[in-house]
Amino acid sequence: MADLVNLTINGVAIQAPAGTLLIDAAKKVGIEIPAFCYYEGYSLQAACRMCLVEVEKMPKLQTACTLPVGEGMVVRTESDPVVKARKTTLEFLLTNHPLDCPVCDKGGECELQDMVFRYGAGESRFTEMKHHVDEKQWSPVVFYDGPRCILCYRCVRVCNEGMGVGALGIVNRGVNSEIAPSHGDHLECDECGMCIDICPVGALTSGTYRYKTRPWEMKHVGTICTFCSNGCKTTLGVRDQQIVRGNNRDRSGINDEFLCVKGRYAFDFVESPERLTSPMMKVNGQLQEVSWAKALAAVAAKFSEVKGRGGKFGVVGSTKTTNEENFYLQKFVREGLGTNNIDHHRSGDLVTLIDALAGRENALASVGDVYNAKAALVIGTDLSQEHPLLAFQLRANYRHHNSNIYMVTKGPVREDAVAVAAVRAEAGQEIAALDQLREQLSKESELLVLFGGSVKGEAVRKLVAFADSLGIAKIKYICLVDYSNSRGALDMGLLPDLGPGYKPVDKAGLSLPQMMAATDLDVLWVVGANPLARYQLASKPFVVVQEMFLTETAKAADVVLPASNAYEKSGTVTNVTGEVQKLHVAGKTMGTKPDLEIIGLIAKEMKINAGVWSSNAVFEEIRKAVRGYNIPLPIIATGQAAQTSPLNGRVPVASAPELIQPAGNTLFTSGSLGRYSKKLTSVLEYPGQLYRP
Amino acid sequence: MTFSPQLEAKLEKLINSYPAGRRKSALIPMLMFTQDEVGSVTPELVNEVAKRIGIPPVQVDEVVTYYSMLHKKPMGKYHVQVCTNISCLLWDADKLYEHACHKLGLGHKEVSPDGLISLEEVECMGACSWAPAVQVNYDFHHHVTAEKFDEIIEALKKTKTQ
Ligand code: SF4
Ligand code: SF4
Ligand code: SF4
Ligand code: FES
Ligand code: FES
Repeated sequence: MADLVNLTINGVAIQAPAGTLLIDAAKKVGIEIPAFCYYEGYSLQAACRMCLVEVEKMPKLQTACTLPVGEGMVVRTESDPVVKARKTTLEFLLTNHPLDCPVCDKGGECELQDMVFRYGAGESRFTEMKHHVDEKQWSPVVFYDGPRCILCYRCVRVCNEGMGVGALGIVNRGVNSEIAPSHGDHLECDECGMCIDICPVGALTSGTYRYKTRPWEMKHVGTICTFCSNGCKTTLGVRDQQIVRGNNRDRSGINDEFLCVKGRYAFDFVESPERLTSPMMKVNGQLQEVSWAKALAAVAAKFSEVKGRGGKFGVVGSTKTTNEENFYLQKFVREGLGTNNIDHHRSGDLVTLIDALAGRENALASVGDVYNAKAALVIGTDLSQEHPLLAFQLRANYRHHNSNIYMVTKGPVREDAVAVAAVRAEAGQEIAALDQLREQLSKESELLVLFGGSVKGEAVRKLVAFADSLGIAKIKYICLVDYSNSRGALDMGLLPDLGPGYKPVDKAGLSLPQMMAATDLDVLWVVGANPLARYQLASKPFVVVQEMFLTETAKAADVVLPASNAYEKSGTVTNVTGEVQKLHVAGKTMGTKPDLEIIGLIAKEMKINAGVWSSNAVFEEIRKAVRGYNIPLPIIATGQAAQTSPLNGRVPVASAPELIQPAGNTLFTSGSLGRYSKKLTSVLEYPGQLYRP
Repeated sequence: MTFSPQLEAKLEKLINSYPAGRRKSALIPMLMFTQDEVGSVTPELVNEVAKRIGIPPVQVDEVVTYYSMLHKKPMGKYHVQVCTNISCLLWDADKLYEHACHKLGLGHKEVSPDGLISLEEVECMGACSWAPAVQVNYDFHHHVTAEKFDEIIEALKKTKTQ
């Protein structure tokens, strides 16, 4: 802990650790010093002069955003010279500002508006014509309105430092200065919208949100992004049942204010015209719309008949449905239909990791650990493509803590730029390459190991043995999985050989490829997955599909039941690091039902009592039945994440690495879901080009 | 993109005169030298310089657009730069610039049809003590009056007929 320094702000004696910036020290004791360019976590700029304060014995007003506290400092933040300077600064900032607040997206939540309201001058001494330039579109998601820009450099810094992209700059000088995109007239970048989010004014605006609403006309729903396993919290802005914005401006959740292009913009799949809104049944080879009652009755009749004659079921669960839905599904399948033939698309070998780490405590890392670990070893994944939040956290860790990062990947990756060592190894050969890093790694005092889906089966055990042999006291792991609830699907036991909490079942059922290859499958029931995009069916079972869209699998169905999605239901999901978070309903789509309700209705129709299908009730069951899920409810109820750890005893199942198939998603794809987002598919980089300057 | 062997040697020396990790300090001289050979700072040149010192092209653009001595389009054989910043302004540089426009029939950053002369109104060139100052390519002219300006221009024009 740094030494404490004594100083006085506005007559109040305070203490702050040496090196603290005056602006932060003041904030800690509840004194706000206004600022535009200063932004916690990014480099200092001192561009706006809004934070000027009076410091005794210093000849001029000082920028509180760059001045470290000093022993005996006497600071005044509201004295006459300060107030006057603030007014003048604002008068300057407004010299060429168009004052178009009545139509500006930012109106009502604009930092410039707030500052002028609080500190500003109502009059301007400038009588010159305002300098005007036209608004520009740089990409389907980023627009720039130069006259509103106050040149605070926040966007430039977040793109350079936060994203590691460096797609923005400031060109020209003086009154002509403006922000410029990477490619002259357009942007080629991550399209993350972080620049828009961080802009204090309405200079950068978003393609999904611009001119759609006023901020106060929206309902704000804090929920969890449904695109990848990282589990970012996103606050959806909903107006008239339509989601118009996604951001995490309040910095709640594990992702601070980070969102990638998918979380921020791809929510429009919800209102895709291709959305299924009525159940359908195959009549003469054609899918035709039918009522829910008819569709459910047909499914229940078929299920009962097959169950009655001891026929063969195959059930494929989802990596995007909630924990409650997954738990309820496997319970109904195991107890109601009497089979263990249940599986899902597995993208990481967590099962082997849990077995290899049996008995250890605190061996699984959280997203927070990615930011705090002193050293990190990343194996077999292009983090910026596949795990945007983890990549963001790792970069922040390097920036703020100068952590040592080691990369073992197939080709060059963005993280190489912040790595102390980067080793190239083909998929599946990564473990052999680790020895090259042994010497450097053994000097570390703690280590975080992240590994992708190409490290599976024996390789996972070898990895753990390698890490153990380094003699590092504190080692934590993240087994990377791909989808928003891939982790929950594993934890809830959507597996043929393991039930909830990785408890082995009596008699293992069929795995996904085995179901597909079976020649005598009677029923294939697919809940929110698209296996036929990857496999062919060997037999001709009765196919029931719960889906949002007419995917390859839905097209082959005998009955299609239109499902709702994560933004339309409640329940919980578990992210890649085992952190459980709660979903909240942003809106509903007529004609669809949450999968939990659909499963419940099928059970009811079959006269099987599978328990009530309310997510709260099912979660209570999960807390009792699933190892690690006995988490404190207030934590998730208040929108925070509670980490679960399934580590305990051994998991006695045969390792089946061939069942693990990484999805290979890029920053711009998410299995079948991403292709239904117009915004996502319209960016230049779609489907997968990662910008490398 | 490659340059003449002489320039390549010069650039190499330049880059190596900065310690590793601080090579971007070579940016401005690099742009000046290469602009002289290429004729202007073309988009290709921006990318090349960015690549050589390892920064995103947009950061090179920031510098190119900031400094008046770097041009994205080719200027005339003789590039006439009139300073109108404060010291020069106190010595009526605004009137001198107006005179220059009139005399040459050119505006800011315009090139004569024969490509011989171009004009630019520039920011302070560090010649404040001899205000008002005019620069032609790399040559300075001090205490420039309208008459003196005309003489300079006539001399430049003569080089064409020679
Ligand atoms: S949207 Fe593009 S320019 Fe903006 S911060 Fe993201 S990567 Fe940078
Ligand atoms: S666009 Fe916004 S964030 Fe970027 S410099 Fe201008 S005001 Fe600041
Ligand atoms: S990183 Fe993953 S969870 Fe976060 S916004 Fe992007 S897709 Fe969503
Ligand atoms: S906040 Fe200090 S100068 Fe901008
Ligand atoms: S002001 Fe003209 S040279 Fe300095």
